[in-house]
Amino acid sequence: MHNPLYNKNIISIPDLSRSELELIVATAQSLKQSPHPELLKNKVIASCFFEASTRTRLSFETAVNRLGGSIIGFPDSGNTSLGKKGETLADSVQVISSYCDAFFMRHHQEGAARLASEFSSVPVINGGDGSNQHPTQTLLDLFSIYETQGSLEKLQVAFVGDLKYGRTVHSLTQALSLFDCEFHFVAPQALSMPDYIIDELKEKGVKFHLHDDLDTVIGSLDIIYMTRVQKERFDETEYQHMKSSFILNAQMLTGVKSNLKVLHPLPRVDEITTDVDRTPYAYYFQQAENGVYARQALLALVMTDEFGV
Amino acid sequence: MKKHLQVEAIQSGTVIDHISAGQGIKILKFFDLSSESQRITVGLNLPSHDGANKDLIKIEGLTFNKEQGNQLALFAPKATINVIENFEVVNKFKVELPQQIAGVFSCPNSNCISHNEPVDSRFNLTTRAHRTKLKCHYCEKAFDKGLFTELD
Ligand SMILES: [Zn+2]
Repeated sequence: MHNPLYNKNIISIPDLSRSELELIVATAQSLKQSPHPELLKNKVIASCFFEASTRTRLSFETAVNRLGGSIIGFPDSGNTSLGKKGETLADSVQVISSYCDAFFMRHHQEGAARLASEFSSVPVINGGDGSNQHPTQTLLDLFSIYETQGSLEKLQVAFVGDLKYGRTVHSLTQALSLFDCEFHFVAPQALSMPDYIIDELKEKGVKFHLHDDLDTVIGSLDIIYMTRVQKERFDETEYQHMKSSFILNAQMLTGVKSNLKVLHPLPRVDEITTDVDRTPYAYYFQQAENGVYARQALLALVMTDEFGV
Repeated sequence: MKKHLQVEAIQSGTVIDHISAGQGIKILKFFDLSSESQRITVGLNLPSHDGANKDLIKIEGLTFNKEQGNQLALFAPKATINVIENFEVVNKFKVELPQQIAGVFSCPNSNCISHNEPVDSRFNLTTRAHRTKLKCHYCEKAFDKGLFTELD
């Protein structure tokens, strides 16, 4: 069987079709059930963090190890000679890609991964480029939703908190809009969903609703996707007021649908109280764990032609 | 008609007509036309059929194809390109917004990787409800026409 993602760059969620997203999710599930510890034996994968991100890096490097690949790279370009010598990213990528079979990178500038893919001789996987894309986060979110709901289709999904700056939320709505889901955006005015996403949804005819608080819709939801409201964006009193309206606690979860799951890209601060952790609805830690399977799935599909379900 | 033209006819080359008044100089500067060795005649604030003034540029010895003409579309959406051979118009077309513009504008996002790297800037153009947006191929941000300093 031909695998459509073989040798492809994974840069941005809108580049992926519905069937490619389904393939990645299905592959993540099959790898979770039956590990392939030698799939990437003798393959070298570069893990290049031009900007530090410990969780993403550990998750990615775990994925490589679980598939038996070797890792080269760096956790933070601040400690390398790369930035200091004034070399362009294009040149760095040409050199590094000549050492490896695939290239995973994170960078503080938007568009870095797309540019790298144009200079790399091996597939590039974007691990976050500035405020732009973080496709592996979206893929692990999709996998978690699929795993808990048995489907990605026709779900009622609420996004809560910082919808303006939260790039994970933007990409996830773009992906889920291919599956006929209905969205509920719950955010303070100052952090509401950007116009360009709203325009895209309108154009595609996707159903969505704006809400001031979660209580009004919580009873009908399949997924609640919480995000962190960053303190830096507000002054102290504003922040105190704001965060009190966008916090999820266990009491709010009485009477919800039994299949409801609460997701969060982590780290959380205080937008989900710890009493939620003990309810059957909490799924954010399993979601973080799923990041490893989603990244394994991507590596498997991008690096081996025959692998695919 | 020819008698009314206030700039000299050219033997062969390109006439860019129906440029909104004020845009002619920008087009010359921006596309660096005057640095070529061609002879260029520029008409500014000429009367136009619709009553508004227009600019006009004649370039001797340089032939524009459709693609080159379309590069002008963001500056002069109503421009017409006349290709002249032996004092005759052999091809005439209106400029159209291209789907993609490369190497012309720099990305308004200061944190976009396209700055200081050995690549041409690239934008995909979309027009919705008469609003033209340029979406950067690299940073994926979409910008209104007005955000490009080159077009001011
Ligand atoms: Zn850009």
